[in-house]
Amino acid sequence: MNTVAVSEEETHEEHHDHGLSDVGYIKVALILAVLTAVEVATYFWDFGVVEVPSLLILMVVKFQIVVSYFMHLKFDSKVFSYLFVTGVILAMLVFAAMGTSLAFWQNPSGCDISAFC
Amino acid sequence: MADIDEIDTSNLAYGRTEWDDHHHLPTNTGLTNEKVTMWAFLGSDCLLFGALISTYLLLRNRVGPATSGPTAADLFDIPFTSVSSFVLLMSSLTMVLAVTSIQRAEMDRCKLWLLTTAALGSIFIAGQVYEFTSFYREGLGFTTNISSSAFYTLTGFHGVHVSLGIVMLVTMWVLVSGGQIGPERAETIEIIGLYWHFVDIVWIVIFAVVYLIP
Repeated sequence: MNTVAVSEEETHEEHHDHGLSDVGYIKVALILAVLTAVEVATYFWDFGVVEVPSLLILMVVKFQIVVSYFMHLKFDSKVFSYLFVTGVILAMLVFAAMGTSLAFWQNPSGCDISAFC
Repeated sequence: MADIDEIDTSNLAYGRTEWDDHHHLPTNTGLTNEKVTMWAFLGSDCLLFGALISTYLLLRNRVGPATSGPTAADLFDIPFTSVSSFVLLMSSLTMVLAVTSIQRAEMDRCKLWLLTTAALGSIFIAGQVYEFTSFYREGLGFTTNISSSAFYTLTGFHGVHVSLGIVMLVTMWVLVSGGQIGPERAETIEIIGLYWHFVDIVWIVIFAVVYLIP
């Protein structure tokens, strides 16, 4: 019983040690705000060929920061990561399947893409 | 395990026991069922939004052979949407501050951050209602063309998620104010927070892929 009690105390301590301090979270939010400002800047200035790759990279970085720090996945059990990453991977497979079924990747029939082919 | 035998079950009819408030039943993973369930739900919700975002991307430029009218991309007001996105992003900060507050047993601060998060979410929803209204006035209805249907379905579903989140946040505020949720049940606030952060990351994707990428 003592073992159970000790392990429970440790578990509670771990929970409280999880994550960052309030100041740490504010710093993370500031980083997210700066990244959002850079994203919005691509609308006002022409970034040329790097615009789309930059926006995709910024999106992934912001996604990763929120999931890792605000949602605590970086500090929490790997089980949660597996559950969530499985959903994200399946979502990307849904996109690939839909793109394939609607001839998104190529248009071999040569029909007008603005119509339903 | 001996702790379970010592539970006072006399008030089981009223719901949670004192033991429930301080412990969770042992599980194989050592994780609470509530938290695992929320993560499983969020993983499955990725599929919903994956399908909706995919549909929009595939149909964004298609007005169809039998319909016409503008696409949503023709009417976007990026500066306005950028402010809305920033508001939702900052609501994730106030949400995480609510969680850390209740973990430190600072109940007044927790209530303040919960209300602030709900208020920021409401501002985001108000912005979405304004955007939809202005689009409609410019001739972009839900059935105007297939592109508009895909746009309204995607952003509308996200708006519903945010609205449900606001309801949950206000409910949490009421429960914390009434003393039904204390520091010993901080995980309840954390689980609501997971949902709120999820709607934020979905918007991060929508804002970049739908609004910003030409």
